[in-house]
Amino acid sequence: MEDFSFLNPGSRQIDFDNFDDRLLLYVLEYEPSFVTCISCGGCTATCSAGNLTNFNVRKIGLWLRRGETEKLSQEIEKCMFCGKCTLVCPRDINIRNVILLIKKRISELKTENQPV
Amino acid sequence: MENFIIIPFTVGLIYLTLVLIYRFVKWVRGLSKLDKLRLVQSFKIRRMLRSLKEVFYEGLLHRKIFRKNPVLGYMHMSLAFGWFLLIVLGHIEVMAARRSLLVPFYLPVFFRYFETGTTFFASGIFSFLMDFFLLIVLSGVALAMLKRFKKQLFGMKKTTRLKTGDRMALTSLWLIFPLRLLAEGMSAELYGNGSFLTSSVGHIIGSFSSESTNLVLWTAYSCALGFFFAALPNSRYMHIPTEVLLIFVRNAGIRLKKRNNTYTDIQVFSCSRCGLCLDNCQMAAAGINHAQSVYILKNIRNNNLTDEQLFNCLLCGKCEVDCPVGINTIDLRITQRIESTLQYNSSYNYLEDLPARKASTIYFAGCMTHLTPGIIASMKTLFHMAGENVWFMDEEKAPCCGRPLMLAGQHDAASKLIVNNTRKILGSGAKTLVVSCPICYKVFREDYELGNVEVLFHAEYISRLIREQIILPGKTTTRIVYHDPCELGRGMGMFEPPREVLRATGKVIPVKNEKQMAHCCGGSLGNLKISQQERAVLRNQAVKDYQQYLPDVLATACPLCKKTFARHRGIEVMDIAEIVVSSIRKSAEVVPVKASVKEEAFAEELV
Ligand code: SF4
Ligand code: SF4
Ligand code: SF4
Ligand code: SF4
Ligand code: SF4
Repeated sequence: MEDFSFLNPGSRQIDFDNFDDRLLLYVLEYEPSFVTCISCGGCTATCSAGNLTNFNVRKIGLWLRRGETEKLSQEIEKCMFCGKCTLVCPRDINIRNVILLIKKRISELKTENQPV
Repeated sequence: MENFIIIPFTVGLIYLTLVLIYRFVKWVRGLSKLDKLRLVQSFKIRRMLRSLKEVFYEGLLHRKIFRKNPVLGYMHMSLAFGWFLLIVLGHIEVMAARRSLLVPFYLPVFFRYFETGTTFFASGIFSFLMDFFLLIVLSGVALAMLKRFKKQLFGMKKTTRLKTGDRMALTSLWLIFPLRLLAEGMSAELYGNGSFLTSSVGHIIGSFSSESTNLVLWTAYSCALGFFFAALPNSRYMHIPTEVLLIFVRNAGIRLKKRNNTYTDIQVFSCSRCGLCLDNCQMAAAGINHAQSVYILKNIRNNNLTDEQLFNCLLCGKCEVDCPVGINTIDLRITQRIESTLQYNSSYNYLEDLPARKASTIYFAGCMTHLTPGIIASMKTLFHMAGENVWFMDEEKAPCCGRPLMLAGQHDAASKLIVNNTRKILGSGAKTLVVSCPICYKVFREDYELGNVEVLFHAEYISRLIREQIILPGKTTTRIVYHDPCELGRGMGMFEPPREVLRATGKVIPVKNEKQMAHCCGGSLGNLKISQQERAVLRNQAVKDYQQYLPDVLATACPLCKKTFARHRGIEVMDIAEIVVSSIRKSAEVVPVKASVKEEAFAEELV
């Protein structure tokens, strides 16, 4: 079944001390345009990878903001870099670069043996 | 005589020779086995002659720079060829003076210091020629100095920034010939062994002339030479010897194959940092001034290339067109991207082997065409008119062609998509694959192995339909300016088929910046770093240029170019497929055509 997160049994409390901002800060440093994302889902609607599997770019943005590094590292694999999302984004966000940065940072974290 | 003056020159020369031997051996040994074999096999007389001719034309005469910019060309030629002639003629002169073929290597350099006053066969002519060539070299040096301070005189907008090693080499290079002039002038005044130039200079500085000033000047000249030779390996002047090697290696058919090897180094060291690529690069208009090819080459050499630079390039190929050294800037950059992303290629194990449909022709629209439904509708109409048994392969589900991944350097990931698509294409038993996106076209032609399946770009397909009179577009007086998409024009060398198609429908206006020098629309998938605002600057610049020709319509043959231009409100932009279909419809209303075709054309309108 689709995971809409409605039945999330875990705590909803956000603990800022444990918040994993490693990826978010990295992305914002090199692609500041990401900060203007309004989660409209335009990118997801057009996504070539999303057409083939349950990949969801908009969620990539959400997870990035929530610091869900582990989920990101599994999902980010699926993008095909076609660039459609960037062309439809109403906020002119360079999503391809966001994805490149996430992939790069995750692979760096892995080589540094940090938890992802 | 004071022989010690040759020491700085000799030490510098020996050091330079050793470094060159070390590097050349390292580079040639680092080539793959196959490439080494290629190099050995290329040592045939005809090929060698061809390479030598190229060394002469490009390394000494700098013909390509001449064509682009005569003053700059003269500057390079006078320095390189003038110096070369000084060396050759100097040796001949010494051989004539000594009546021997074996002369000490330093003697031609310091001839007028050591040889005081003897006359020999044609010595007057020799000294005249030597003075003449010295004058030519000096004019080149003067131009080089002028260029540093007033680059606009050379038709150049920009010139490259210097680092310390280059500064040292540049200063000593600038000093060599003026010092030589002074030293030879002084000797001419003292011993009367000069000609028109050195004698007159000697007269002017005559009041200072003495044996000891003479010695000082010659020592300074020797030091400048020695210093230049010592600084050369760590400066951009390393390009002079490396370019010779590059020409031989390139003519042996050696290319980069998606991974770095020493051919990368040879190309990197061959860049003279002439800056011609800077002038061709549009990105400067958007304020991007750190990522052009010359900087990338420099950063590879200095091991400090960042992703921000590497991925900030449209891969439009304009810099490659005018590079006088013929460096494959695009291949080189994509290879660096492949190396830098090796750690994070995707596996795409979610890809399914969806069934292929039997058909004689496949249409692959590609992701970008899916964002421009007008092109898809036009292609469907054309297939219908041609009565083609066509399978629209990615109408609902198909992975991307893989080219955007290639452009981002993720070669292994791209090959996963390629395998998936290849299986389907071969499975359908089709003989022809038609694509309407140049980005797809390039990867299908270059990286897919499709056996007997013919890959056609839609422009070729349509022009075939027109030639066989299967479709009948009507010629009107519409003024059309055609924009060459980078991936199709410079990328695949296809310039004519789209123009042929357009000529059947209207008047194609030739523009100044077309074909090899065509603009990039700014939308390129090659650049992962550029912002939409910067892209808009590039797009506006291109549109502004095209608008001078007052076109009724701006035609292009790429969905991404169309999408990019369409965001500019001031110009109507259409793909060639759309133009052809609308012209068929218009002419079908006036010119009688086969009734069935006409009917079908209108029936398709409902699609
Ligand atoms: S289209 Fe742009 S603004 Fe909308 S969700 Fe995607 S990234 Fe965010
Ligand atoms: S670039 Fe990636 S995320 Fe964007 S549309 Fe293409 S597959 Fe989807
Ligand atoms: S890449 Fe070519 S054009 Fe650019 S600076 Fe180097 S030699 Fe000149
Ligand atoms: S490929 Fe195009 S954008 Fe990139 S450096 Fe060359 S001219 Fe500039
Ligand atoms: S190259 Fe572009 S248009 Fe062609 S299939 Fe891939 S993403 Fe799509």
